[in-house]
Amino acid sequence: MLGKLTWAAIPYDQPIPMAAALLVVLGIAGTLALVTAKGWWPYIWREWITSVDHKRIGVMYLLLGLAMLVRGFIDAIMMRSQLAIAAGGAQGYLPPEHYDQIFSAHGTIMIFFVAMPFVIGLMNVVLPLQLGIRDVAFPVLNSVSLWLTAAGVLLVNLSLVVGEFARTGWLAYPPLSELAYSPGVGVDYYLWALQISGVGTLLTGINFTTTILKLRAPGMGYGQMPIFCWTALASSLLIVAAFPILTATFAMLLLDRYLGFHFFTNDLGGNAMMYVNLIWAWGHPEVYILILPAFGVFSEVIATFSGKALFGYRSMVIATLAICVLSFMVWLHHFFTMGAGADVNSFFGIMTMIIAVPTGVKVFNWLFTLYGGRIRFNVPIYWALGFMVTFVIGGMTGVLMAVPPADFVLHNSLFLVAHFHNVIIGGVLFGAFAGYNYWFPKAFGFTLDERLGKAVFWCWFIGFYLAFMPLYALGLMGATRRMQHYADTGWQPLMLVALAGALVILAGLVLTIVQLVVSIRTRERRRDLTGDPWDGRTLEWSTSSPPPPWNFARLPQVQGIDAYWQVKRGGKGPTAESTESGYEAISVPRPSATGFVTAFFAVIMGFALIWHIWWMAVAGLAGIVSTALVHAWRVDGEIEIPVETLAAVERARPEAGATT
Amino acid sequence: MQSALPWHAGVLDPQGAIGVAERTILLNATAIMLAVIIPVIVLTLVFAWWFRSGNRKARYLPDWSYSGRIELVTWSIPALIIMFLGGIAWISAHDLDPAVPIRSSVAPIDIEVVSLDWKWLFIYPDQAVASVNLLVVPAGTPIRFRLTSASVMNSFFVPQLGSQIYTMPRMTTRLNLMAERPGNFSGLSAQFSGDGFSDMRFDVVALRPDAFNEWLIATRAHGGMLDAATYTHLAQAGSAAAPATFGNVAPHLFEVAVMSGATASAMPPIAPSSGEMAPQPGN
Repeated sequence: MLGKLTWAAIPYDQPIPMAAALLVVLGIAGTLALVTAKGWWPYIWREWITSVDHKRIGVMYLLLGLAMLVRGFIDAIMMRSQLAIAAGGAQGYLPPEHYDQIFSAHGTIMIFFVAMPFVIGLMNVVLPLQLGIRDVAFPVLNSVSLWLTAAGVLLVNLSLVVGEFARTGWLAYPPLSELAYSPGVGVDYYLWALQISGVGTLLTGINFTTTILKLRAPGMGYGQMPIFCWTALASSLLIVAAFPILTATFAMLLLDRYLGFHFFTNDLGGNAMMYVNLIWAWGHPEVYILILPAFGVFSEVIATFSGKALFGYRSMVIATLAICVLSFMVWLHHFFTMGAGADVNSFFGIMTMIIAVPTGVKVFNWLFTLYGGRIRFNVPIYWALGFMVTFVIGGMTGVLMAVPPADFVLHNSLFLVAHFHNVIIGGVLFGAFAGYNYWFPKAFGFTLDERLGKAVFWCWFIGFYLAFMPLYALGLMGATRRMQHYADTGWQPLMLVALAGALVILAGLVLTIVQLVVSIRTRERRRDLTGDPWDGRTLEWSTSSPPPPWNFARLPQVQGIDAYWQVKRGGKGPTAESTESGYEAISVPRPSATGFVTAFFAVIMGFALIWHIWWMAVAGLAGIVSTALVHAWRVDGEIEIPVETLAAVERARPEAGATT
Repeated sequence: MQSALPWHAGVLDPQGAIGVAERTILLNATAIMLAVIIPVIVLTLVFAWWFRSGNRKARYLPDWSYSGRIELVTWSIPALIIMFLGGIAWISAHDLDPAVPIRSSVAPIDIEVVSLDWKWLFIYPDQAVASVNLLVVPAGTPIRFRLTSASVMNSFFVPQLGSQIYTMPRMTTRLNLMAERPGNFSGLSAQFSGDGFSDMRFDVVALRPDAFNEWLIATRAHGGMLDAATYTHLAQAGSAAAPATFGNVAPHLFEVAVMSGATASAMPPIAPSSGEMAPQPGN
């Protein structure tokens, strides 16, 4: 009846996961009770859960990412504290079977459920506003994407309480992830969580690609698109091209595990190296899916706070697209040590280095954007400057490891761990924080606290160097990744420094939440009535903050790069889309429960497949299909906003630069 | 054995030709890139400080967003560096290809490596001895490794000798290393392989050739027998308590491990003349 699921699946004997689970359950129960007591359910259901407004969906992505950042960071602190004490003969407090789950969960969560939601969330909030349009191409599909991602999150966190998570590392290399070596449900949790959220991500890629290619404001040719939109386009194209590879690879591993296939097993002609190739054919583009939008954020932030047009717009676009294409030709650098010949290794090494050329061009162009600027030191520029300083170091160690013989001694070491944290924290995460501080007033109508924002930055910046520079050194001393303990006590002092760094980052994380709470409590003082708190350059700043559900009462007419900046400098203002009266009635999509209900059934299906509860899996699948059919046969999907409402909302808006 | 340097026993303190060459490449490539990275970091900070909005001495150029000459430079500098580094990568990847034998007047020694759950088996096919978690090599002699795994993937790595290489089930990889002088080094698995991974360490002992021969004689005299049954027992999951040696090794045990993994008894008899059994990755 319940497949492999029994009461033994709950790890009563392990205090750490049980305590963590108890805390989470209490937290969720408390939140639900509060919402029920306050009678907020109708509001939350109507305005958030069923919302198909890209801004709301973006905010929910960002909240999801923030919550998972806390989860992933707790994993990080546990690993750092384990390694700070498990030197010499000591075994620390986390036995291997638990420690192995923690580093696997840390990597999986940080990439799929922190970095991706941050990046996709920012794209959701900003993209249609920058393009000067009213929504993405497929608003309901957008909601489906969000909730499928949330379904994956739920499954990963469920593994904390019911069963176990994978003990294989975040990419689950076979044969270790095959049934012969991982008979438990951990790998199945990993695979189904990522299969479900992966579908959501692919749909996002399709949605954003269509939006950017087909729905831009009148007059906005490709050459007038804000640079963040360009990076979002490159990132979306990469999602569309790369995520099917991930899905197919996982599908093969699932066939091995569920139906006795032999794609990657040790026996009967299976070849695990094929998995390693395939997973990195997705995995390397994934790195650029994350970093390219972050580059876009920095381009916007540096130009805005320098009060200056981005230097070398055309070069930036070319560099972005070059990275987009090249990112598919470098995957083998993740396994130079597999024993492929020198020709193969050096080809992929050189291709990898070539990516450093467009990336270097970007850095130089940011540098020349600063040159001749009038730089205002608000929080976003701190992150941007911190990024420029930090990212070039990570880029350097990356190119270093692209030299095959250097990689032969650095591969899989803590040097590698330091490198990818250097680019992912210093690049993607700093970019997410820059974008969060930059666009928060647009999404909510008030600014975030600057003093706390700067404190957050300094904690992350200093904490990053303290936590990861020791790892570079340890890697050179021969320390590998994924060790649960180590013999050489000479490594311990640096491990302690790394722990101290993690604690400084922890302070940064706490302050992030404090900044948010304080800013919300003092929001009346920090209202931004202009819609343009930073003297912005692109169209998102031309509408009110927060924008109305339809974003723009009149679609802006674009006449060049930095369309809003040109308007503010006088003259070439956005003329009304239509004639005399100025307004035309707008249709906006109705809220839809399709996304939430689909994800609900997806969780049921995923959970059932993990535990081999076949009837329930069939029921879940039937639920997904029925939901899709019900949506397809809906009668009325749109609400019309009458001209009077539009005019009233616009009149209520305080005088802003654009309305002259 | 603690040295004054913090790099003791690491890849910056190599004890063999391969490791020395790799350290040189590592340091050279870093130096070449630092020549650009450091100015970029300094310029970032200088520009940000000088062009702060409070500094009225700084020129404000709100519309300056293109310069063909600067664009030429910004594309050229990274391109030139990458051409240079690419050359280094191509040449060094060929020179230091793990499969390429080390040129030496001394005849090489063959050692076969099998990674098991979670221990290392070293077979000396020509000497018919074997050891677990203990790799004894003659100093100054090129070592030709052939490697495989009897369970999951691992990576054979002695940081002070240089290059690591994967051990993979049903496949053979090749690696050539050499210890310059007698000494003790530590070896490890660099590829996560399961719960016992952290204890997959082994001692590397480089001996003078005469001392190495004495070790062989002593091992043959005192070491136990490594036959199919012992191998199957050894290959079962678990960490090795202490390094062990075997003075008598069944022939073609390595080929058995390549073809049938952890269960030697399932193997068909092997013809003595059999050569490479498994596909070589990459060719």
